[in-house]
Amino acid sequence: MTFKSSVEIITEWDIVAARQLGRDEAKALGFGIVDQARITTAISELARNIYLYARVGVIEVEKVETDVEKKIVVIATDQGPGIKDVRQVIEDGYSTSGGLGAGLPGVNRLMDSMVIQSVVGEGTTIRAEKRLR
Amino acid sequence: MKQLESQYEKILSDYMFDQSEKNLYIAQNFTRQLIQKNISPEDVVNIHKNAVGKIFPDRVGEDQPAYDFLIEVMVHYGMAHREHQSLLQIQAEYEMEMKIATNIQKTLLKTVVPQLSSIDIGMISIPFRKMNGDYVHFLHDREDYLSVAVTDVVGKGVPAALCMSMVKYGLETLEYAYKDPSYVLEVINRVIEKGVDDSMFVSMFYGCLDIQNSIFSYASAGHEPALHYSAKQGKFFSLEAKGLLLGVLSESKYSYNEIFLEDKDIVVMMTDGVTEFRSREDLNSREIITSLIVENKHVSAQQLCNILYKQIEKILDFKLSDDFTVVIIKN
Ligand SMILES: Nc1ncnc2c1ncn2[C@@H]1O[C@H](COP(=O)(O)OP(=O)(O)OP(=O)(O)O)[C@@H](O)[C@H]1O
Ligand SMILES: [Mg+2]
Repeated sequence: MTFKSSVEIITEWDIVAARQLGRDEAKALGFGIVDQARITTAISELARNIYLYARVGVIEVEKVETDVEKKIVVIATDQGPGIKDVRQVIEDGYSTSGGLGAGLPGVNRLMDSMVIQSVVGEGTTIRAEKRLR
Repeated sequence: MKQLESQYEKILSDYMFDQSEKNLYIAQNFTRQLIQKNISPEDVVNIHKNAVGKIFPDRVGEDQPAYDFLIEVMVHYGMAHREHQSLLQIQAEYEMEMKIATNIQKTLLKTVVPQLSSIDIGMISIPFRKMNGDYVHFLHDREDYLSVAVTDVVGKGVPAALCMSMVKYGLETLEYAYKDPSYVLEVINRVIEKGVDDSMFVSMFYGCLDIQNSIFSYASAGHEPALHYSAKQGKFFSLEAKGLLLGVLSESKYSYNEIFLEDKDIVVMMTDGVTEFRSREDLNSREIITSLIVENKHVSAQQLCNILYKQIEKILDFKLSDDFTVVIIKN
């Protein structure tokens, strides 16, 4: 069973709405308080990137429940400028906040997996998943 | 995790009922375990929150939101902590590569000092960091000539070593042209100018000894002047020569110079790591070097090199700030 909901990111306050959505869904799926905070932080980073670099976009949160696994899937989509060097942005120490461990490498670690698809001039889609253990 | 949680609860409850230094010490030892097992800060806060909840069940309602707040805050510390760990790992990998590169450099740029019956040759080259930015190359294919190139790359580390490999290769392809110092520098200059990026410069002193006639000819590309000790006059002469650093301009010219070496004369070639006393600019390095040479002029060329290094290292309080290279030829 998959349940999907989304928040459009237009103003900075929409980041808060996306966080709220992520936290509610993570909680409903059975994630503990620490993982709820991790998932929310990951969503926050992705939403903030949309707000900063693409101006507008969408955060989707999917709850996936099958016989074998339960997981939460976060998808951040925008039609912004795109990321030129995807390999580079997931390297530690690259984000402009340098050394704070935040940004995309942080998302990668907070979640179980992260896949970035980006075309310069067309936009970016980032999909991050976390399984319930 | 479950086991750590119950251990933590035990340690915390012991402390709540007896706030002794011993119980704090136990807590500290426990922290080591947490770090070793890579437990992130937000997890620690959660462990603490749950333990407090069990020890004081009646206070759960008041305290828990504050802990949840702290967990949220600590998630970011956790990210920074993990990034730090991954950077440490990357650093370890770099160090490994660096070690391999250093070994390759040692093999690739190994200087072989020729053993001659008529002339006494000594050399010392001590890198400041792991990679040596100085390089000495001897050519002695023919019995009657001995050539030596003393080089210093402006810049350090791996780029410098790579550049040096090119210098070595250039010198090795010279074959019979090695007798004319100014021609040698012109050729090597073109090799470097073409092949290396613009930020890389090399200084070189090139000397060639005509063994039978005791004529020492030399040229210099922005290098530290060599010293000639005349045994007969008991005086030093500075072997200055005009010429730009290698790699600056493609058509640089280098002046040809020669001197006659008499019996027991000494020629000392070195890099600026020997003459620049960066930590002791009050001292006159040339004076110190020349008097060390005079005091020890009877020992072998190699021993004299070693003495120069040991004494200068001592004068600078073991704080050398550059690669240190000396080549000595005793007639
Ligand atoms: N949605 C996006 N569209 C276009 N470029 C993006 C997007 N997301 C990230 N980027 C680019 O990738 C870089 C790295 O992003 P990341 O979030 O890791 O770090 P940051 O935003 O620079 O700093 P911080 O650590 O504060 O998040 C950004 O500087 C930006 O250039
Ligand atoms: Mg960011």
